[in-house]
Amino acid sequence: MKSLPEVDHLLTKMGQALRALIARHDPERPVALIGIHTGGVWLAERLHPLLDLANPIGALNIHFHRDDFDRIGIHPRVQPSHLPFEVDGCLIVLIDDVLYSGRTVRAALNEIFDYGRPAAVRLAVLVDRGGRELPIAADIVGAHLKLNPAEQIKLLGPSPLKLSIRRGRT
Amino acid sequence: MSTQLHTDGRLRHFLTTEGLPRQLLLQILDTAESFAGVIDKSVKKVPLLRGRTVINLFFEASTRTRITFELAAKRLSADVLNVNVATTSVKGESLLDMLRNLEAMQADMFVVRHAESGAADYVARHVGPGASVLNAGDGRHAHPTQAMLDAFTIRRHKGSFESLIIAIVGDVMHSRVARSQIHALSALGAGEIRVIAPRTLLPRDIESLGVRVFHDMRLGLEEADVVMMLRLQRERMQGALLPSEPEYFRVYGLTEDKLAPAKPDAIVMHPGPINRGVEIDSRVAEGPRSVILEQVTNGIAVRMAIMSMTLGAYQEMPREPA
Repeated sequence: MKSLPEVDHLLTKMGQALRALIARHDPERPVALIGIHTGGVWLAERLHPLLDLANPIGALNIHFHRDDFDRIGIHPRVQPSHLPFEVDGCLIVLIDDVLYSGRTVRAALNEIFDYGRPAAVRLAVLVDRGGRELPIAADIVGAHLKLNPAEQIKLLGPSPLKLSIRRGRT
Repeated sequence: MSTQLHTDGRLRHFLTTEGLPRQLLLQILDTAESFAGVIDKSVKKVPLLRGRTVINLFFEASTRTRITFELAAKRLSADVLNVNVATTSVKGESLLDMLRNLEAMQADMFVVRHAESGAADYVARHVGPGASVLNAGDGRHAHPTQAMLDAFTIRRHKGSFESLIIAIVGDVMHSRVARSQIHALSALGAGEIRVIAPRTLLPRDIESLGVRVFHDMRLGLEEADVVMMLRLQRERMQGALLPSEPEYFRVYGLTEDKLAPAKPDAIVMHPGPINRGVEIDSRVAEGPRSVILEQVTNGIAVRMAIMSMTLGAYQEMPREPA
């Protein structure tokens, strides 16, 4: 069993990187954090107080844009997306727990653009485990982990937040 | 009725609410809840049924129902064809021939409305393995999507079904809506379902469905949480079942006065189109307790849920790489 990084430690590091990222952008431009259900929303809730943002957190349900509807169908218990701010012209920081194939982020981008045209979208993830199947990269990464394809990494939460690995089907 | 389920229990067709397990009905309501948020987006559309073809096959004209099915399919990004057979010359072509032709055009779903009971079921038994059939109303038999949007509307207002007294008022005899409502609400565990109607507008076997029968509005509406009015099916009425419409309104038409014994927070529902001054007074239909227009809005999300559950594989999500 690999030893996994502490989520709190990674969040502190991500908070610093986010402050620097936001400082580089036009201060006139609104900024909003959007977490992808469910882990990304937990992380956004922890990062938001570190950043002094006027906009509340957005929560994204990417289910309607998944590319595997024909294979796995529709999951009934998904919270609808909730973006309580104007997406048009906003700098959006998309937050997720684990970046792997990149398909979730692709779906998230589609969902965000259904609400409007953001000025820019940046990506912050707790863990980048490699294995990308799409040309997608994160701007801020808490930790890079090398994992075996049979290993699944998952964020447990919401309180406390903890990373966990289990061996499952590939 | 197992024709509407796959062997693993998920929905293949949606023909009737009768016999469907509570869990499946709850899944429809939960799925509809997540689709209800789609109208808050500036792009009121999701791509789940992109590239699929839905054919509205209406043998009985109904503009409103057709529009809500059409809108639901379009919000799911399906291509929609409307075949209004009531006005189209069938040129001696049998229903089966017509189906074969539509299937040859690679249709994925047929939404069927027909004046004969059992029509949607017949179509479902004859379509190929890849196609799904939704019943948009067949004769006096069933109108299951209407019943589900009613249940959805009730749950949004009341939270759950267990403690509710639900009164269904009017022409139960000719109403496929009432039958589907009773099956769905019983399966969902409604506390008490009542029907209120004159004897001539009640089927003889109605009590076998587990409802309490009333002929008097005052008694029937006492402490009701939900009042579901039915349309007086004038076009289906044969023979002298009623003295006259004004007389019917006097006894069974819903007015503020007749609503008084119901709970103060009772909601009033109607599947539409309403016959003002026949089964419901305009002041009630447009009053603070009416949720009639919400039912119309909710009908789109509920139909989106049923369409996506029948056309997509439906199951709990396996763990997937993020």
